[in-house]
Amino acid sequence: MADVTMRVWRGTEDGGSFQEYQVHAEDGEVVLDLVHRLQATQANDLAVRWNCKAGKCGSCSAEINGMPKLMCMTRMNTLDVSQPITIAPMRTFPIIRDLVTDVSFNYEMAKQVPAFTPRAREADGTYRMDQKDVDRAQEFHKCIECFLCQNVCHVIRDHEENKGRYAGPRLFVRYAELEMHPLDTNDRRQLLRKRMGLGMCNITKCCTEVCPEEIHITDNAIIPLKERVVDASYDPLVWLGRKIARRIRPSGAPPAQAPGRAQTESAAG
Amino acid sequence: MTTVEEIRPAPVELGRRRGGPDVKTSRTDRWWIPSAATAATLLAFVAYSTWVAFQNAHYYHPPYISPFYSPCVSSNCKYQQLPIVGTWWKLSPALIILWFPLGFRLTCYYYRKAYYRSFFFAPPACAVADARPRYFGETRFPLILQNAHRWFFYAGIVFNVFLTVDAVRAFDFPNGGWGMGLGSLVLTVNAVLLWLYSLSCHSCRHIAGGRLNQLAKHPVRHWIWKKLTPLNAIHMRFAWASLIFVALTDLYVRLVASGLIHDPRFF
Repeated sequence: MADVTMRVWRGTEDGGSFQEYQVHAEDGEVVLDLVHRLQATQANDLAVRWNCKAGKCGSCSAEINGMPKLMCMTRMNTLDVSQPITIAPMRTFPIIRDLVTDVSFNYEMAKQVPAFTPRAREADGTYRMDQKDVDRAQEFHKCIECFLCQNVCHVIRDHEENKGRYAGPRLFVRYAELEMHPLDTNDRRQLLRKRMGLGMCNITKCCTEVCPEEIHITDNAIIPLKERVVDASYDPLVWLGRKIARRIRPSGAPPAQAPGRAQTESAAG
Repeated sequence: MTTVEEIRPAPVELGRRRGGPDVKTSRTDRWWIPSAATAATLLAFVAYSTWVAFQNAHYYHPPYISPFYSPCVSSNCKYQQLPIVGTWWKLSPALIILWFPLGFRLTCYYYRKAYYRSFFFAPPACAVADARPRYFGETRFPLILQNAHRWFFYAGIVFNVFLTVDAVRAFDFPNGGWGMGLGSLVLTVNAVLLWLYSLSCHSCRHIAGGRLNQLAKHPVRHWIWKKLTPLNAIHMRFAWASLIFVALTDLYVRLVASGLIHDPRFF
């Protein structure tokens, strides 16, 4: 390959602009390789967050030609190098400097997730889970917290005022993982509906499109959560079934569908 | 145990300056093409189905009935199937029933993505700014009604049963007994696609087993859930295939019923 024109966002919270550089590219390189070369040869003070260069640490998230991507997983031969390549910081989060953003919003929302609360141990003092139940949540464990899904989600990308009342796709994955956990007893459905903005997600699937781990965020996490919220709040048949089950169940017996599952509907008000 | 009251809104500092250019999008590809194609296809279907629904003619040619007019529930139907609406109904019979499949498609999780992008521009494409300054998603009326999707799914299953019966009857010719024409195949493929669209529905997958945390304790529901999951992954394809084919099925029946084409009989 030859020299590539790169337009890189340079700036702080006081303002910034794109600056243009000519950077040499070798065959087989990824965008992060060129950013490193740029940093080493022309812009020593360029701020960029990176770590593993293997798509597993989730550090080098940026917007390449306007699309949220990991720089280390974006091969140069997938880009049209006859045109300038733009690299900008993630749009949704406050800028610290150059390509580095403050992603603490995500950690604040993560602190709000009600913790895993397992049911009582079995008689022999152990917990047992069937592999079938474990399999479903394995996909969610692949998340590397690159926050590209949070970045691309228009609910907070285009509407700053929604931050603080919208958990976002990455946290919905975490909620789904806990809600589907075969041992967990917490019921987070009213929380998701009333405080975490699950209803604000209009399932346009951008989070799924940009996920470098190819987690089916919308189909396997968000929509199942929405359906569970429908169970809890919008389905009179489920409500009636619960009422009847409570009437015919002997006092003290656990509910049939979700043994040991704590209900927070009354607390939700 | 955690309750909703214990969770306070996250202490997020709003309004800090963001990086990158203040533009609607920096995307350099032709991101508008999928949205434009979706909008054009959906508009074409809406235009065609509206014309069909109001036309009230050429929807029945024994043994074929258009899927837009089945089940035929009014007494003024050319094909007496289930005349529960009396002779007072003078308009097209399709207008009585089409609300259910319309509701099923409107509240479908896939179509929501399609029309939120193509018509609401919320957002028009990934990393392209919303058209509106404020956004509430599906938390308020009328979009909160999207939560009724599973009810339309139940109705859709009933419709599929009727359309399956129509497909079977499409092999029973008035004067020749059992046989097979091109229309028989068309109605059969239509019924199969509609079943695939319904069974791949997210609500169906949830009702079948997704709502359970301990799937292993419900082996039958787990088996069904496992079978539905790969179908669900290609729900979009079934959504488009069934939508387009239902229009083509109606068109075929309409062309045969109006005498513009002859239905070839295979046996």
